[in-house]
Amino acid sequence: MGKYILKRILIAIPVLIGITVIDYAIMCLAGSPLEMLQGPRVSEAAVEAKKIALGLDQPIYVQYFVWLGQLLHGNMGYSIKSFQPVSDMISSHIGPTLLLMGVSLIVSLIMAVPAGIYSAIHQYSKGDYAVVTASFLGSSVPGFFLSLLLIYLFTVRLGWLPSSGMTTLGTQSGAADVAKHMVMPVIVLAFSMAGSNIRYIRSAVLEILQQDYLRTARAKGIGRFMVINKHALRNALVPIITVIGMEIPVLFGGAVIIEQIFSWPGLGLMTMSAISNRDYPVIMGVCLLSAIVVLAANLVTDILYALVDPTIQLD
Amino acid sequence: MIWKAMDRQLNKSNSRPEETVKQDIGSENYYQTILRRFKRHHLATASLVVIAIIVGAALLAPVIAPYDPNEIAGPFAEAPSKEFWLGTDQIGRDVLSRLLYATRISLLVGVMATVISTAVGVVLGLVAGYFGGVADMVIMRFTDMVMSFPYILLVLVAAAIFKPGLWNIILILGFVDWPGIARLVRGNVLNLRETNFVKGNVVAGMPLRHILFSEILPNTVAPILIYGTSVLALSILDEAALSFLGQGVQPPTASLGNMLNGAQSLTVLTTQPWLWIPPGLLIVVVVMAINFIGDALRDALDPNGGR
Repeated sequence: MGKYILKRILIAIPVLIGITVIDYAIMCLAGSPLEMLQGPRVSEAAVEAKKIALGLDQPIYVQYFVWLGQLLHGNMGYSIKSFQPVSDMISSHIGPTLLLMGVSLIVSLIMAVPAGIYSAIHQYSKGDYAVVTASFLGSSVPGFFLSLLLIYLFTVRLGWLPSSGMTTLGTQSGAADVAKHMVMPVIVLAFSMAGSNIRYIRSAVLEILQQDYLRTARAKGIGRFMVINKHALRNALVPIITVIGMEIPVLFGGAVIIEQIFSWPGLGLMTMSAISNRDYPVIMGVCLLSAIVVLAANLVTDILYALVDPTIQLD
Repeated sequence: MIWKAMDRQLNKSNSRPEETVKQDIGSENYYQTILRRFKRHHLATASLVVIAIIVGAALLAPVIAPYDPNEIAGPFAEAPSKEFWLGTDQIGRDVLSRLLYATRISLLVGVMATVISTAVGVVLGLVAGYFGGVADMVIMRFTDMVMSFPYILLVLVAAAIFKPGLWNIILILGFVDWPGIARLVRGNVLNLRETNFVKGNVVAGMPLRHILFSEILPNTVAPILIYGTSVLALSILDEAALSFLGQGVQPPTASLGNMLNGAQSLTVLTTQPWLWIPPGLLIVVVVMAINFIGDALRDALDPNGGR
């Protein structure tokens, strides 16, 4: 077991280095920070001096290592719009995003796990068809269209829910207020995630139901409760771990669009405004952070997987 | 309830021989089997008809569109009427005509992006799976790296760098979405490499090109096709999201996504639902139909699927 975990971590290291290389390469491709300086009032000499000050006269791989060194000290560069440190901007925006992502993940699991298990146990029944069709609907509706429909229904027509921001402006922000603002973004994110999760869990449980050990357990006559809870559902935990691991990148991506629509003051909104301002240090900072989080999530998923299912071997 | 499910599983395997006898399937060829199995999925069969109609309408857009999609044809923001079936947009263009042309663009983006990503993924997966060793390690680690970046974020960054536009969007979606296919093909090739018919080819001294493309590839077509349908669905969704955010297909060219872009303004959202509900519903219908077809294909092409 220890050997497996060690092996898995060792594989992740080159991937992590590769991620930083790709990130840096994209940032270089996007344009040099000197471009902003250029203008009629800036002399060639001043640009040249800035170039040396920023270390841009060095070979590209030296620049990469300088950047990497800075990164390890927590310095992700500065926004070219607001001149704030990127790391500060990220840390001040990450809270709302984590809240939104966490709640959406939990809600989607609450919807998907029972629905998937029900659907598998009642395979080919009317209920199964309904659940599977609904799950297809979930993964086919674009998040932004569902958002628009919800805003149209709950904000414009019924006036029940606020459609933008995280708190009502000018009021003391209580938890209830935040929760009210969160309802629609969470529904959208959870619904689209639950779509694919239901089908994944359904097929995983179907596979478990066909296993010989369940037939054996039943033949032993150990009782229905024990068979379902001890033998069947415990093994259904494995696909749930996979589902959570799979959803992390989807959540990051979905958050960008959903936060934009609902003006949720998180990383996604910050990233979208950075994209429209061509603020590359900020964009690449967010990309790097999310890539590292996804990598870490995959690592944890694999390790948990090995802990839960001892038959899994690293090939 | 779980007993019933298990009974069903048991019965399924027990009763299979009887049913095979009842149906004379000995005389039908591979494609007939697939067709028969596919037809059992009524939703997928219906989806096929729906997709055929939508594709037909998109292809025939220049013939059947009542107006030029980019020309001002009537009054501003008029509600649907006999003259303009789906109304007109803020600058007086006919929404139905724009919808037809938008479907054309969205389907084009989806199909082209899928073709590119499938081609890239298949080649990389074949090389990684068949040659193994260093090539496999390098390709799979690179796949891991690309997969670590959230897909939408990567696409948005690429769109920001390369300037949004129809062909750039196709290329970006195509070159970002190959890792899934690469992994799938690699896994299949790893299994096929150990089969006797491939080993036989190696022993017989067949050229590598023949082994890869005439022996191994045809045997992975089914999973690629199934996966391809979900890539197609995702590409259409991603183009829509990107264009909705203003980073995809640029106006005046209409795409299903950028037709919804106007709904970000409150007036359009609240008082002109004919501008944003039809393109949105059309995306849902197209993507859902593709997903249903993919699901039925999965069953129909499954070699262990029984009847």
